[in-house]
Amino acid sequence: MAEGMTWSIEEADKLTQAEVYGQVLTQLGEKDPKIIAMTADLAKSTKIGTFGQKFPDRFINMGIAENSLFGVAAGLALAGYKPVVSTFAVFAALRSAEFVRTDICYQNLNVKIIATHAGISFGQAGSTHHCTEDIAVMRSFANMTVIVPADGIETGNAVTAAMDLPGPVYIRIGRGFEPPVNTTADYGFQIGKAVTMREGKDITLICCGVTVLQAVRAAKILETQGLSVRILNMHTVKPIDREAILKAVMETRRIVTIEEHNVLCGLGSAVAEVIVESGKACAFTKLGIPDQYVIVGYPEDLYNHYKIDADGIVEAVSALMGREIEADENWDDET
Amino acid sequence: MPLTQEDIKRLQEKAKEIRKTIVDITFTAGGGHIGGSLSQTDILVTLYYKYLNIDPKKPQWEDRDRVILSKGHGGLGWAAILGEKGYFDRALLKNFNKTGSPFGMHLDMLKVPGCDASTGSLGHGLGIAVGLALGAKMSGKKYRTYCVMGDGELCEGSVWEAAIIGAFHKLDNLTAFVDRNKLMIDGPTEEITQLENLNDKFASFGWEVLRIDGHDFNAIGGAVEKAQTIKAKPTIIICDTVKGKCVDYMENDYKWHYGGLDSDMRDRALACIDKYYAQA
Repeated sequence: MAEGMTWSIEEADKLTQAEVYGQVLTQLGEKDPKIIAMTADLAKSTKIGTFGQKFPDRFINMGIAENSLFGVAAGLALAGYKPVVSTFAVFAALRSAEFVRTDICYQNLNVKIIATHAGISFGQAGSTHHCTEDIAVMRSFANMTVIVPADGIETGNAVTAAMDLPGPVYIRIGRGFEPPVNTTADYGFQIGKAVTMREGKDITLICCGVTVLQAVRAAKILETQGLSVRILNMHTVKPIDREAILKAVMETRRIVTIEEHNVLCGLGSAVAEVIVESGKACAFTKLGIPDQYVIVGYPEDLYNHYKIDADGIVEAVSALMGREIEADENWDDET
Repeated sequence: MPLTQEDIKRLQEKAKEIRKTIVDITFTAGGGHIGGSLSQTDILVTLYYKYLNIDPKKPQWEDRDRVILSKGHGGLGWAAILGEKGYFDRALLKNFNKTGSPFGMHLDMLKVPGCDASTGSLGHGLGIAVGLALGAKMSGKKYRTYCVMGDGELCEGSVWEAAIIGAFHKLDNLTAFVDRNKLMIDGPTEEITQLENLNDKFASFGWEVLRIDGHDFNAIGGAVEKAQTIKAKPTIIICDTVKGKCVDYMENDYKWHYGGLDSDMRDRALACIDKYYAQA
């Protein structure tokens, strides 16, 4: 936990990510009068309205105007406030990308964006409301920190830690029905430091967000097959924990990344960049949403369809365990 | 009349000097947004040399009035004023546009003292200004926020988002200007996409609307003072201006949105400015 701010909610593991977020933000608001909550007609959906009920004078609903949502947030930050902005990820990262980038990141302002309904968590809504591109977009903005909490408890930790970190932060959460993976908040959450969910020596699963739970489930299945599986919850995609990745490369020599995001340019790409730049070889597979628009469906069904659930991870691990790290001079099969 | 004869004389001297600096920077920089810098000059000169509560020695003073140049391409003309006011050493402007210089075409608030927000992408400034004014209201601060927009950027939907929210929050501590020079990069605004009737548009959004000659110091001063008395709504001062003002071969020519000057063109431009103020 970062120094300074703290939060405490009984039975947080029974609440959705967004419910924890709304309650934690309200607790933080009691301690820090500079926090202002902002949304664009999504107070209820994002749960930022919880803060608004407690502090109506520090709550601004812009109406359905996402571009000005981020522009006005920048102005409030320039006036000395600490705006916390919530809308759906698709609007924060795509519709308003240039406002987030130019007004907030370029000026390095103290604005925290908690984007909900990310990935395919709003699966039934269709691609207009999915967001499988936000990690890619946000991690390409200089000054931006990108966090993908695994569940409600980690969302509480991330939002709290973000308040003590100057500058822009993007926190990506789901629609709210994702089951929890943590049972306690006291596990040493630190921005930029991966959480080792379990130790292992045969293969490492690097995951973030809802895929952390899927990786934990997969590891239990793989354990029965005699595999020792390490899990890194890479909740901070930027700045990424290079040390934990390279340690995994050295000690397990096999890595699978799993994310609820386009398989291009997200967590898997960030991990791959670290590995390739290190010059160390390892067997490697990225799991994520293929480079296409997602079919409509319930999130759990979609995780299965796109093979980012426990079954998909087990399948990918099995394939990767059979793959040798090539040392041959033959490039015909690579090109 | 809101301004005395002495005020007007002083503002004329400053405007003449700033316009000459704009020409000089355009020459040394190898090009610049000179047309719009010249059209906005009298608005900014009136603010900086008559009305703003600022201290160039304390650019981050939290009670200072804020200026957001939403038409960020006017950065050349803004930098000329900030340098004259002493926010930084004016000699630095010789490096305008040069590699590694703190001064690019669009000013960066992290590099240029006195620049209250980094602008350049059109349609962003009014939202930031609304946030600053709203922040002042929430914290009980007395500073005013001034936002200068171009007319072309009024095509951006985000301007109207900000206009709605500014009126809703009754931001009477916010004064916005439109530098209505009637030209955008590709030609006249009314030929590319009709912007008028701007008075009716802003009025229907709940703003106090004042329309003036943007090169008449008394009119600008009168509007700024009137805006300070308006309660419970923000004010927009639509300033009819001339792009390239004071330089005969640039006036009302959209091709001078951005351009470079050789030494002959520079000398002609400076002579035009001298002639204009000799007659004023």
